[in-house]
Amino acid sequence: MKLAVNIAGVELKNPVMTASGTFGSGRDFEPWIDLNRLGCVVVKGVAATPWEGNPPPRIVETWGGMINSVGLQNPGVEYFIAEDIPWLRQFDTRICVNIVGRTVSEYVAVAERLASEDVDLLELNISCPNIKEGGVAFGVQAEAAAAVTSAVKKVARQPLIVKLSPNVSDIAEIARAVEGAGADAISLINTLLGSRIDIRKRKFILSMKHGGLSGPAIKPVAVRMVWQVAQAVKLPVIGMGGIMTGEDAIEFILAGATAIAVGTASLLNPEATMQVLEGMERYMRETGVEDIAELVGSVK
Amino acid sequence: MVERRAGRTACKILQNRQIADGIFELVLQWPKILQRPTAGQFVNLYCTNQDRLLPRPISVCEIDGDKLHLVYAVLGRGTAEFATLQTGGVIDLLGPFGNGFSLAGKPGRALLVSGGVGTPPMVELAKQLQARGWSMDVVCGFRSQSYLIEQLSRYADVHIATDSGAEGFSGNVIELLDQETLSGDALFACGPGPMLKGVQAWAKTKGIPAQLSLEERMGCGFGACVGCVTKIAADNESGFIYKKVCKDGPVFPAAEVLFQ
Repeated sequence: MKLAVNIAGVELKNPVMTASGTFGSGRDFEPWIDLNRLGCVVVKGVAATPWEGNPPPRIVETWGGMINSVGLQNPGVEYFIAEDIPWLRQFDTRICVNIVGRTVSEYVAVAERLASEDVDLLELNISCPNIKEGGVAFGVQAEAAAAVTSAVKKVARQPLIVKLSPNVSDIAEIARAVEGAGADAISLINTLLGSRIDIRKRKFILSMKHGGLSGPAIKPVAVRMVWQVAQAVKLPVIGMGGIMTGEDAIEFILAGATAIAVGTASLLNPEATMQVLEGMERYMRETGVEDIAELVGSVK
Repeated sequence: MVERRAGRTACKILQNRQIADGIFELVLQWPKILQRPTAGQFVNLYCTNQDRLLPRPISVCEIDGDKLHLVYAVLGRGTAEFATLQTGGVIDLLGPFGNGFSLAGKPGRALLVSGGVGTPPMVELAKQLQARGWSMDVVCGFRSQSYLIEQLSRYADVHIATDSGAEGFSGNVIELLDQETLSGDALFACGPGPMLKGVQAWAKTKGIPAQLSLEERMGCGFGACVGCVTKIAADNESGFIYKKVCKDGPVFPAAEVLFQ
């Protein structure tokens, strides 16, 4: 049974990746899972300088999901290079760095700094809804998305994945724009913008009022958008959004994803990535699939 | 390489009973595969209903042999589900998590201060302190109805304050600390933010080193989501950094905590 997949020339031993911002750099999960079994660790967003993030409350539960407004708290690229790359390199897995910025030049600075570092992939985060400037502002307009993609692509030395926001009216248009600007792969979806109100206090629960909705509640939206993007571009697509089980992951593969990422599920169960991988293997065995590639985009 | 830990584990329910209005005590059989919790740590409990996915972090009240005692307040739909659990059933648990209270130092007289559902962790703490040779006062505040007093009285002199005056002193724990002219060599506190802020200021004026156990809305409980942060004093431009209550805490030295 072949589970290995190829994303822009980088071979992953299996299609299971971690969704940025739900896995840190992996340390928090080491007590429960063998990181060697992951196809790729996609680390929490890394900025050019340390970011403190948003005030609490940052998390609230919703029906079948949660809303977060963490705001990309991170210790910056220098810390990441010094501490996290050597730590992750103990394991036989791929490293993908999610890069964040408030301006094009901040994104470029991170990609430039990582150019000579030992990481396998970059993921351009133009879809985080939780920061005042940058982030999703680049992800909801085709021209802005293309501009930041081509600027980062000029300095990047690793293949560039662009992570798209679902908070747009035409996801295919954005996907084609970043493909035209030189993206090597596309990942989606980031979180859906949402809110919750405390009716006793008559106030928003999150300090930032709104945040990103994730978890199984958003999966149908994600499957639909992955299919639309896979139809619209020739690039490999990484599908995510509410994956809890191997069966969920297979839906994304059938919709056109070459690889998938497990996000919120890891927060609910630190062993979720392994359970998703085992569930995918079980499905392949039961349905007589020899190579996961046979399934990719097979639903038209 | 870090130590391997057991994942979500179904724990047998030995008892689940109401001990005050909206307050329940849940006793679980503690499986040997899980690490033994310490005073001030918490466990994640999960709902069966899959529309409520996030864990409910519940502080350890007491670990008694292989029995874990948890005391929780019914505050929402998740804890309302817990209130329906029956003896003989099971509940999914992950943990224990967090840095508990530090019990280092020469034994002396301790002051334990709690408010509402901040009271349960004081039971295991009092037991552990007594075992290390400490004597102590526990000052606990409630809205109108106390609980866990019998357990605390085994280890400490207990002083009760209620907002309504229905039991004990009528007022808050700070007023009671002053009224009774209590003091000590170390202070340990757990309760709502405004109470902890008052305790922090009180301990500072008295020159008593204090540890505060904080509460914040949590996502995962083990450090990954970076949701449950609190401001901790730091030598940087903004004067603080956000630290995770679940992993860096929930217990912090009082002098480092910056309240809003």
